[in-house]
Amino acid sequence: MTQRRRGRPSLSQNTSRLQGGDMDMEEDVSFTQTLTQAQRNLEKHSPEQISLKVGELVQYLLIRDQKKLPIKRADIVKNVVKEYKDIYAELLLRAKKALLEVFGFQLEEIDTKAHIYILINTLERGEGDDLKVNDNTAKLGLLTVILSLIFMKGNTAKEVAIWETLRRLRVDPGERHEDFGDVKKLVTDEFVKQKYLEYNKVPHTDPPEYEFRWGPRAIKETSKLKILEFVSKIQQKDPKSWVTQYRDAQEIPRSQAPRASTSARS
Amino acid sequence: MAISESHQRFLQILMSHGIMEASAVRKLHKHCCEVHKVHYMHDKLDDFVDVINKHLQPLFMQIRKGTDENDGRRYYSLVNIAENEVTKMAMDYAENELELFRKAMDLIIDSDNGFASSTNILNLADQLQSKKMKKKEVEQLLQNFVQDKWLIERDGEYSLHTRCLMEMEHYIQSTYQDMVKTCNICHNVAIQGQVCDNCGIKIHLTCVEKYFKGHEEPRCPQCAEGWSQEIPRLSQTDSPVPSTSQKETRAGQRKAISVAASTRSRRS
Repeated sequence: MTQRRRGRPSLSQNTSRLQGGDMDMEEDVSFTQTLTQAQRNLEKHSPEQISLKVGELVQYLLIRDQKKLPIKRADIVKNVVKEYKDIYAELLLRAKKALLEVFGFQLEEIDTKAHIYILINTLERGEGDDLKVNDNTAKLGLLTVILSLIFMKGNTAKEVAIWETLRRLRVDPGERHEDFGDVKKLVTDEFVKQKYLEYNKVPHTDPPEYEFRWGPRAIKETSKLKILEFVSKIQQKDPKSWVTQYRDAQEIPRSQAPRASTSARS
Repeated sequence: MAISESHQRFLQILMSHGIMEASAVRKLHKHCCEVHKVHYMHDKLDDFVDVINKHLQPLFMQIRKGTDENDGRRYYSLVNIAENEVTKMAMDYAENELELFRKAMDLIIDSDNGFASSTNILNLADQLQSKKMKKKEVEQLLQNFVQDKWLIERDGEYSLHTRCLMEMEHYIQSTYQDMVKTCNICHNVAIQGQVCDNCGIKIHLTCVEKYFKGHEEPRCPQCAEGWSQEIPRLSQTDSPVPSTSQKETRAGQRKAISVAASTRSRRS
């Protein structure tokens, strides 16, 4: 790994190779090596440069995730990877490993065609976690309610049904809400962009009707069982009393990101 | 020591805040140990942070401690230590907004007391090369900078937020070099502070207070001329007051700052 060194001062521990009077010469040699090896992808970049890129990539993914927006591969390449495009897969692999091991975030590709990524927290939210309370906190409460409605209605819910229930909770999609702002935009646009919800036209409807489903981020970040537990807490009923939903929630329980019980693999 | 879930939780929560005051960080340390049933030792916060930093080092990140120039409080923040373009800011703002920020930073650093007036910043709007902005847009943008903890605002004047100083210390030093002064007492970068009328050295407000404490006739530690600025009285430094109450505690200092601003003399 420390075979090739570039003209830059070393960032890693092993500097002994550069010690001594022939330092200048060695720099010259390694410079020409860079040019002749230009085709060989990984070797083209020094280990230091690669680690720098990995660090940059990790930070990029973390910052993007703060806004809960999905991250497109095209954007990663354009904004971070740039001329390291030839080793993109390796960079992403290393970033993924670091995110999981150091930060407890699982990098998931939620759309393998468009190459869209999100970060999933492997830690369960603890009580009293004192996360920064911002606009998102209230919005996520609303989202949980909507996810519950969709799930309880059999994993698809008509738009009109959602609005009706929200109105009963005094959240009117037609009016500006103190915490949520434009409710309709939040639900049909923001949550959809964040991949929490899917919002599609019901086929063969005229005038068009729309329906909601869970989006891939919701599937990864929560589970049907957790949502059912949430509903049963509010309704103060045993989750088993909803026979169909309970059975549904029991199925395929583990297509999930590793949860707290799974230790980080190296 | 290997990184554990208690460390990960600590890191995640610190990141969600951007910057946290030391007393809140101590609470967070306790909380994370308790959630993951790890033995909690109140005096081992530094060791706890060191474990995380060891793992962050290969990624060119670090949890760093910093001091608020104004009230001397200690803060913790996760900062980028690589010299690359991925700053947290670059991702949240458009090119012309970043240009305005850089120009505002020029004004702040060029000033004696570390503050630039909103009028002067608003006047930058039509000097932007990337894309001009309307004054109204700049006003909104300044609010965003304050909200995102890049700038602080006081009585219509703006300075750099502690988080900004911590995150961009390297950038500031390499960009402004001799222009940015270091505090004559603590030798850290000094943006907000008082400047000696005679020799031009700069001292943080908190350092001024500590240094001149009990001096009847305060004199510049560099040139020994009389110190003409009013010595601020900062009552508290590290008491565990929640950060929301900072506004009140700062009210007393406001006076000292405006005095410093009015008596300041421009260096040539």
